[in-house]
Amino acid sequence: MVGKTYALYRKDYHSELRTRYAVNSLAMFIIVAISVILFSIGNEQITQSLTSGLFWVVIFFSAMSGLARAFVSEEERGTSLLLHLIAAPSTIFSGKLLFNLILVFCMNIIIAVLYTALFDAFIIRNFALFAVSFILGNIGLAVASTIIAAIISKAGAKGTLYPVLSFPILLPLILTSVQLTLYSNQGSSFADAKFELAIVLCYDVIMLTGSFMLFDFVWKD
Amino acid sequence: MVWKITLFIILAFVSIAGIAFPIVPVPHTWYEFPLIPGLKENAKIIFFHVPTAWLSVVAFLMSTIYSIQYLRKKNLDDDAKSYAASQLGIIFCILATVTGAVWAKFAWGSFWSWDPRQTSIFALLLIYGAWFALRSSIESEEKRATLSAVYSIIAFLTVPFFVFIMPRIMLGLHPGAEEVVNGKVVASSSPVINFKMNGNMLLVFFLSLIGFTILYFWMWSIGYRSILLKEKINKQSITY
Repeated sequence: MVGKTYALYRKDYHSELRTRYAVNSLAMFIIVAISVILFSIGNEQITQSLTSGLFWVVIFFSAMSGLARAFVSEEERGTSLLLHLIAAPSTIFSGKLLFNLILVFCMNIIIAVLYTALFDAFIIRNFALFAVSFILGNIGLAVASTIIAAIISKAGAKGTLYPVLSFPILLPLILTSVQLTLYSNQGSSFADAKFELAIVLCYDVIMLTGSFMLFDFVWKD
Repeated sequence: MVWKITLFIILAFVSIAGIAFPIVPVPHTWYEFPLIPGLKENAKIIFFHVPTAWLSVVAFLMSTIYSIQYLRKKNLDDDAKSYAASQLGIIFCILATVTGAVWAKFAWGSFWSWDPRQTSIFALLLIYGAWFALRSSIESEEKRATLSAVYSIIAFLTVPFFVFIMPRIMLGLHPGAEEVVNGKVVASSSPVINFKMNGNMLLVFFLSLIGFTILYFWMWSIGYRSILLKEKINKQSITY
């Protein structure tokens, strides 16, 4: 199963490299979103809590614009039947999840670097806390968006429906992650943030289990 | 028939008692409610707001249970039951949100202040909205039933976060909210948040809950039977 998962990831990776559609549009989306925020801020001094909120606004909408591709492209090219033949549903989900995870990590690292460079209030004072919360938050984001992307692709790839369906599911994760980003910007210790970290960890585990159990029903027509 | 008359009596009593019974500082007779400092007449909303919020959650739970049932048995009747439950759920959810917001205007000074309870009812409203948007986008019956069942189960997985966890990381104003003092969760010390109902108030409150729950199940059974009949008529008109 691990070999097939990796093979599926390699397939997505190579077909992505051929067109670079998702990567290019994501990169442009991040630049556009951040510049809109910078223009609207102007010369105002914004607080740390607002900056960490805006950080997750950009992450949420970038994820919504890029992560649906994984399954929608299979339906568009009509290759989902072939995937049915060669692999079990859980393997396919793992492959797509791996691809989305790597996409989310690359995307969010770029966003974090841009935020540190461009926003005065966004200074990471406790880097270890930021790294842990960032990794846990990204895993949750990738898992929840991948299963919703699978639902969307079967519903006929309605683009506007994707953020609508994802937002209520991602809401607990985003609310807690905003808090965690604020903590790491304020330089709080791990002891202050242990409750929030536990929430995000629980969210990841619950969503991962639920997605693997439910993906079979989505995938089999 | 008997239970319909009972339901009528319960709801009539609750409506009259909830609206007309006076609130006095020291109650002497059975039809007087005690005064709660800071709430006054506003306290009466509990007889109508809490049952609607309760039913919107019950409807969500039933919709999820019938979704699981559908995924196990693939029987479209379960999908109709889940659909009927959600239809009622969104109505009660809107009612709970609106009555709560109007009450908050008078009790807290603003319609909306992102209290944990307000956040969770808002998330529930969004989930219902997204669920109906998903259903309306799919043509095929089986596909619609399967995908909406999966979505409803995933959405249900987020419920523990809103019910148990959000109140601990956000500041609460809502009656029944808890405070974190020295890292421990305790009942709030404010009389508005942690108020006690006396015997007759509790009686009216629980009668209201029971009455509204019976009303919900009645409406739900009419709802899903009408959906099933509609589908039957559609199929017959296709065959002729």
